[in-house]
Order: sequence, then C-alpha cells, then structure tokens
Amino acid sequence: MSTQKTAAELGAIGCHDCGLLVSEQFLESRQSHHCPRCRAPMHRRKPLSLAKSWAYLLAAAILYIPANMMPIMTVISFGSGAPDTIMSGVIHLAAAGQYPIALLVFIASVFVPLLKIGVLAYLLVSVQWNLAAKRRQRTRMYRMTELIGRWSMIDIFMISILVALVKLDAIATIEAGPGAIAFAAVVVLTMIAAQKFDPRLIWDVKEKTVK
Amino acid sequence: METVLALEKLESYTDRYIACHECDLVHPVRRLLDGEIAACGRCGAVLYQQRRNSMDRSLAFALTGLILFIAANMFPLLTFEMEGREQSNRLIDGSLAFWKSGYWELGLLVFISSVAVPFFSLISILYVLLPLKFSRIPKGFVYAVRSIEWLKPWAMSEVFILGIIVAFVKLTDFATVTPGPSMAAFVGMVIAITLANVTLDDRVIWRLEEDIRTGNEL
Ligand SMILES: [Zn+2]
Ligand SMILES: [Zn+2]
Repeated sequence: MSTQKTAAELGAIGCHDCGLLVSEQFLESRQSHHCPRCRAPMHRRKPLSLAKSWAYLLAAAILYIPANMMPIMTVISFGSGAPDTIMSGVIHLAAAGQYPIALLVFIASVFVPLLKIGVLAYLLVSVQWNLAAKRRQRTRMYRMTELIGRWSMIDIFMISILVALVKLDAIATIEAGPGAIAFAAVVVLTMIAAQKFDPRLIWDVKEKTVK
Repeated sequence: METVLALEKLESYTDRYIACHECDLVHPVRRLLDGEIAACGRCGAVLYQQRRNSMDRSLAFALTGLILFIAANMFPLLTFEMEGREQSNRLIDGSLAFWKSGYWELGLLVFISSVAVPFFSLISILYVLLPLKFSRIPKGFVYAVRSIEWLKPWAMSEVFILGIIVAFVKLTDFATVTPGPSMAAFVGMVIAITLANVTLDDRVIWRLEEDIRTGNEL
C-alpha cells in the first residue's frame, strides 16, 4: 500500500461544504470554481486566510479593552445607578456566595475570550514562521477555539433577560451599557477570525523541515 | 474486509475518498457500523460517521424541535416579582428591550442567535429531509443543505439557557423569580435541535439525492 497523499498533492480539492473530492483539472476543464455536487465555491485553501484572520483577531483584541473597562449594564434602584463591568459582575456573584455561577461567568466572559485570542494569535504566528513542531496539538487547539467561542455569549444573553425583566420604573430598572456592545463584538469577531483560519495551513509546512 | 488503496490520480471527482478538512490528507471511505466514527489518522479530525436510521430520526427531532420552538415563543420564560409588581418576559423580549433602549446591534445579535437561526436551521433540515423522504428534490436543494452547516455556529440556544440561569441567580438575591410555562418547551427545543443535528448525516442526504436524480433520468 502506497503512502497517503494530501488533496493538494493529488491536484484535488476537498469540498468544504459537502466533502466531495474534486480534481482541479476537472474544474479547469469545466471552467468552474464550484463544487459539482453542492455548488459551493472551491478553494485549495481558504483565500487570504491569514490576512483575514489577523484582521478580525486584531479588531477583537482592541475591543477587548473597552469590553472590560466600560460598564456592560447599570442597575438603577430608587434613583441611584450602580454600573457593572464584566469583572465587577463576577465579584458581585462571588460576594453573594454564588461561587459556581461566578466561576462560570468568569470562565465564559474573561478567560475564554483571552484564551481564544491568544491561541489564534499563536496559530497564525506558528504558520507564518513555518513551524513544523506539534502540528497535531495545534490542530487540536484550533478545534477547541471553534468549540468554545460561542459560550462567551452567556453574559450578553443574561443582560438581555435582565433588561427585559427588570423595568419597574422607580423601584428598579436595568439598562445595558456600552461595554456590552464591545464585548458582543469581541465574541463575534473572534468567531469569524477562527472561521477564516485554515487549519490545513498548519500541515502545509514541508515534511523535510521537521527535525 | 476490503483493502482500499491510497488514491494515486483523480480524473474528475469522487466520494469514495475524502480529504481531511483540517489537514487535507486523503483517506479512502470505508463502510462503517452504526455509531462508528472515522477519524483522520494524522490530525484526529472526525472525517465522517455512521448514524443509525439517520434520516427518520433527524426528521423526527427536527419536527419536535419546531413544535417546541413555537411553544417556547408563545409564553413567558421567566416571571419576576418585586414590591408587589410583576413582570414577565418571552424569548423575543430580550432582543426587543435592547432594540428599544437604543442598543439595536445587541438586539439584532440576540434575535439572530436565539430566535432566527435556531428557527431557520430547523426549517432547513425539514426543507431538505421531508421531500427526500418522499423521493423528491426540493427547489434550491444544494443551498438548503449547505445552509444547515452554515447556520450551526450562530445558533446559540444552549448558551441562552446558561444566560437564563445566570440571570435567575442574579435576580433571586432581591426579588422572586419563577420559571414560566415556556421554559420547559425551550429546554426541550434545545435538546431536540441538538439531536436533530447529531443524527443528521449529510452523506445520506447526498446519496439519496443522487439516487433520486439518476432514478428520474432513467
Ligand atoms: Zn461540495
Ligand atoms: Zn486530518
């Protein structure tokens, strides 16, 4: 049995949408860039993967600062308002003795976005520097960033529920804050950054450079 | 057990071999037993899997999900009581409240991820599977099949449940909060959507489509 090849080495492309393996010659003969089965546009690698991924990631990293500095919501009770940032929200929960929930919000809102930004930056740099080590591990890291990003939306959903529920005029009202917009943008931008990254680039580093 | 040789040359296209979507290595497609998963030998990504009775089960879960979606949207999720006053919210009210207070971006995002995308992903599954069940290929079939995968990352109902739990805990400190009649329906809907997606096998969908298409040409 001969050794396995990559689709690129075979002059073929695996369809991103339906998994069909299509020869590039066949596409050329048909003068088409679309999958013959599902009609999705076909690329050997995601186009401009690194540049696009970097752009979304940098935007996310910048917005991470206002997301944490600005209030995400304000509780107005009998005329006086108490603005909450992401971190002060976690501290309030812990102070009330709600440790598991405080930990959950901390992981989802503080830890996960930072981890995601860090991991994606590491993956992008490792590809640009043609790093050949730990490819399997880096692919696993990528898989993880795709899975965990969505869970950061917990705080946004929580605020949406509080804003809708707590509107008792003078007694108690909860309003959203500008930090929430920045935070939601961080979540969405890191999700798009992960989608734009092509994990196959990790494996495109030529075998001979592996020591 | 058949031995399948590694692919040497490809003239047109094939589904008897599959390229790993995470490392591009080409693998021969084997027949799997129910519940078996084929993973990439190099990077460990899941290549494809075999689901028992994928078609009927996914269809049933999607139909259940749609019914529960309607129920989850009709009644309040939570009721909040403080100083003798009461306020309750439906699923849609969070996005409406954002929208009305000038945070339209957040309103839109919450609407998309907790209402629109879960709904349309169920509709896509039903739009594809129901006609196939009766040996028909619906209009815009390929786009509907692709939309199922495209919508997946943006459907966040399961995250919304955790949002409800955190909101609940935050409010119980100074008010009485009780789950409304739609809460059970919403949780059920999340389970049904998850199962509809888990049982769905796009290889079965493409195989059926091909069978129907070539059958019609004969
Ligand atoms: Zn395709
Ligand atoms: Zn692989």
